[in-house]
Amino acid sequence: MAAVDDLQFEEFGDAATALVANTDATTISIEDPDETPKHQPGPPRGSGREEDDELLGNDDSDKTEVFDRIKGSLLPIPGKNFVRLYIRSNPDLYGPFWICATLVFAIAISGNLSNFLIHLGEKTYHYVPEFRKVSIAATIIYAYAWLVPLALWGFLVWRNSKVMNIVSYSFLEIVCVYGYSLFIYIPTAILWIIPQKAVRWILVMIALAISGSVLAMTFWPAVREDNRRIALATIVTIVLLHMLLSVGCLAYFFDAPEMDHLPPATATPNQTVAAAKSS
Amino acid sequence: MAEAAESPGDPGTTSPRPLFAGLSDISISQDIPIEGEITIPVRSRSRESDSSTLNESVRNTIMRDLKAVGKKFMHVLYPRKSNTLLRDWDLWGPLILCVTLALMLQRGSVDGEKDGGPQFAEVFVIVWFGAVTITLNSKLLGGNISFFQSLCVLGYCILPLTVAMLVCRLVLLADPGPVNFMVRLFVVIVMFVWSIVASTAFLADSQPPNRKALAVYPVFLFYFVISWMILTFTPQ
Repeated sequence: MAAVDDLQFEEFGDAATALVANTDATTISIEDPDETPKHQPGPPRGSGREEDDELLGNDDSDKTEVFDRIKGSLLPIPGKNFVRLYIRSNPDLYGPFWICATLVFAIAISGNLSNFLIHLGEKTYHYVPEFRKVSIAATIIYAYAWLVPLALWGFLVWRNSKVMNIVSYSFLEIVCVYGYSLFIYIPTAILWIIPQKAVRWILVMIALAISGSVLAMTFWPAVREDNRRIALATIVTIVLLHMLLSVGCLAYFFDAPEMDHLPPATATPNQTVAAAKSS
Repeated sequence: MAEAAESPGDPGTTSPRPLFAGLSDISISQDIPIEGEITIPVRSRSRESDSSTLNESVRNTIMRDLKAVGKKFMHVLYPRKSNTLLRDWDLWGPLILCVTLALMLQRGSVDGEKDGGPQFAEVFVIVWFGAVTITLNSKLLGGNISFFQSLCVLGYCILPLTVAMLVCRLVLLADPGPVNFMVRLFVVIVMFVWSIVASTAFLADSQPPNRKALAVYPVFLFYFVISWMILTFTPQ
């Protein structure tokens, strides 16, 4: 007859202690949702919509991951690679897609507000919401966020076949970097409402410095082993395209502050009409 | 005289006879009467009423659907944690709201300026594609809400913003000025917050807790864009 003790449940402990005891054993551990498992099959890949990432079924990409990546794009540390540090072979498309969507609306709305404030005193000005600019902004931003990474990825693959590079990025990782690097433009677009040319250009410089350096530091290791000139040309092209995007958006969506209208000294419409007539 | 067939399982017979071989030799001396009545059993009352929705008057059908829509409107206006919106989803309410909003937001047909407010199609597309995108986003984030349920919730929660649009149009009939704008701004902000509260009351439970913020942000962006369109509406 078995003793009562034998019928008690045995404590197996968790997987780690069991593995320590017997390194050959295979253990199954059921992990909390808070822990980050190495690999976990997410929901099956959709065929069409790749804007949101299928890999988001992974517990890794929760709120803190996205925030960390955004912070990483805002504070580029020299020598640290954004892809290495933050993405770590786990690109998510949530960040890039929604950052681009927010940027589209930020630019369109800020442009509209800025034009309204600039033309506020004029008698002949009738406010229009300029809704068509939203579709134009969406086309520009999404084309930039997807076509430029595609071209860059194709270029890197081509160079990789000629020169063996240690570092190579997948297409999704490049899209991820570009998406997160656009985050700085959201507060920049909002601050562009300030109708001072100097302020706007300073903002352009700051934003370009931050996001350009993130991109440059990401892609420098990938072209470093290549011909010196090609490597430099690649980095310069990346930064140049980035600058083109920001300057183009500033020029198209935001009217120049001193167009044909002196900045109103007081708020009375009579004075501004007189000022406009005399200019 | 009936001749019994040999028992089929008889072992040991030299030539085993096939089954029922002797049946063909059976003859029946008398006719067995096989007459009677065949009747279909009477359908029960529930099946009767199911098939009769085809026969009911159009007024009944419309009123039933309108009552369902109205009930859901009440749930949106006083958001509590209840499952009615989710369980019996329908897309009539969102369609009515979206069409109303788009009709009120579109600029006039006599279009003097090239840039103006959104056209009917633009509002419609923004609302429906925005809702589809948010639904896909929440599904890919691992939510356990179905596609149409999520569309239903997002569509119904546009109701406060539609009310805001109506109020704005009424306020715009008065003379324009900063006070006018302040009133409209206040109304739109209140309704925007109401929409977000209503939709997150229904949608937030379907997400795992570490992803709630990721799922709620697109909803915030969606209603913000609609509120912006309402706030910047200017009559011709």
